[in-house]
Amino acid sequence: MLALDVKDLRKTYANGVEALKGVSLSVEEGDFFAMLGPNGAGKSTMIGIITSLVNATSGDAKVFGASVIKERSRAMSYLGLVPQEINFNQFEKPLEIVVNQAGYYGIPRKIALDRAEQYLKELQLWDKHDKPSRSLSGGMKRRLMIARAMVNEPRLLILDEPTAGVDIEIRRSMWELIRRINEQGTTVILTTHYLEEAEELCRNIAIIDEGEIRENTSMKTLLAQLDIETFILDLREPLTVAPRCSEMDIALRDENTLEVTVSKAKSLNTLFAALDEQGVNVVSMRNKANRLEELFMRLVDKGEAA
Amino acid sequence: MSASVNWIGYKTIVRKEVVRILRIWGQTVVPPAITMSLYFIIFGNLIGSRIGEMGGFDYMQFIVPGLIMMSVITNSYGNMVSSFFGAKFGHHIEELLISPLPSWVILAGYVTGALVRGLLVGAVVMMVSLLFTDLEVQHPWITLSVLILTAIVFAMAGMVNAIFAEKFDDIAIIPTFILTPLTYLGGVFYSISLLPELWQKVSAFNPILYMVNGFRYGMLGVSDVSLTTTYLLIALSAVVLAATCLYLLGTGKGMRS
Repeated sequence: MLALDVKDLRKTYANGVEALKGVSLSVEEGDFFAMLGPNGAGKSTMIGIITSLVNATSGDAKVFGASVIKERSRAMSYLGLVPQEINFNQFEKPLEIVVNQAGYYGIPRKIALDRAEQYLKELQLWDKHDKPSRSLSGGMKRRLMIARAMVNEPRLLILDEPTAGVDIEIRRSMWELIRRINEQGTTVILTTHYLEEAEELCRNIAIIDEGEIRENTSMKTLLAQLDIETFILDLREPLTVAPRCSEMDIALRDENTLEVTVSKAKSLNTLFAALDEQGVNVVSMRNKANRLEELFMRLVDKGEAA
Repeated sequence: MSASVNWIGYKTIVRKEVVRILRIWGQTVVPPAITMSLYFIIFGNLIGSRIGEMGGFDYMQFIVPGLIMMSVITNSYGNMVSSFFGAKFGHHIEELLISPLPSWVILAGYVTGALVRGLLVGAVVMMVSLLFTDLEVQHPWITLSVLILTAIVFAMAGMVNAIFAEKFDDIAIIPTFILTPLTYLGGVFYSISLLPELWQKVSAFNPILYMVNGFRYGMLGVSDVSLTTTYLLIALSAVVLAATCLYLLGTGKGMRS
């Protein structure tokens, strides 16, 4: 069954901005789906329409078969949303916020209290459950929104940049939690600016730009499209001229750093043999950019050129 | 959605509103008690003792129903407008907008919260008035029904104001320039029979006059207007405002883009 089925979705705002130009995409039940795009691409508008916070100009979106336009209540009962901006009452306490959200989904208070405790503990917020939420740090506020979105145990969880402003340790623990939620059967849609996050977590991906879908495929298929990779090599001794290798493009970024662009068809042994021959001593090596980032930029740039 | 989901959702909104009213009791319950005590001391006791009787009652007894009604109107309206606009301004109204709850449950929850504050403050003002005069309620059911229905009407009016408001100034304009003058000119402090004929006719267009007098009839048994007109006016206002609120909530005016 499809967790999300979006058909020819269009949105033109009152100021004339056309945020979505006929977007169609589908997400299978149980999927971990990434929705990527630059700022202003139309991701938040699409999430807004799916969660009924934005009225579509035309088209429809169905959540587990229920139209968000014609069967709003049923469609919403399947959803959980972690929005981009903090949107809870900062004068309320975390426990109140999570328990109240459960109440809006018809969950009896006793069950809501148990679930709120469970999720606040999982997100390492239980020791703050009775403190005013305005006193929480930025990362804690984001985690509180995840706990709030999980309390109704949604079949489809939408996370709109959930880890923005969260330190790496907490981000990793949030990844673990979201992965576990997905493994337990919840379909997850993630938008993020951390592309390694999408690569690490998601199985399928849509890249949206200027209100249109540029790519909608599996992560594996998308990454296979990448035919070149760029590496940064740190050198032990400084150089004034870039070494040469007939099959690769080598540039000197500074006297101790080389930038090497390698075709996937070529072996890295060729590069190291050439460097060794020219007396270049490499201390360390890393990817210049995340692989997905490279593809993302290419697809978005292609859109701009068109 | 099932009735149980709606019922639990309704109870949750009411509970949240009541917790809010009690959390900020210094802003919700104390100020009306102090203001009304001053009205009772200045208008009822000091000035009222020189006015003599009005409508067959001493002046203090005459103004008590009006002052209770004034408190209920301003507090039910004020609670709705500040709570709902605050939720809109802080974006936490989105918690409800993305939930499966239909608009009528959201409206009912917020109206009940405003009603609780109106009745709570009304009860406080009534207790304060007992320090200054004796009260005997002539028609308890009329008193209670007019009070509750008026609070509901002004709560819904507050929601319309909150939905259209874009900044905090917008939620102060209606109470300052419309609600307060209409309340003061709505027979709280005087019987309209004291006015020249022209102003009596002008006053007949003030809806608050009917509510204050309906409530005064319930408490004291005297009124400047017909009770049937009072109930009809309140019922009509309630129906029009409920339909307006449901339409605005349904379309997401000011909340959904």
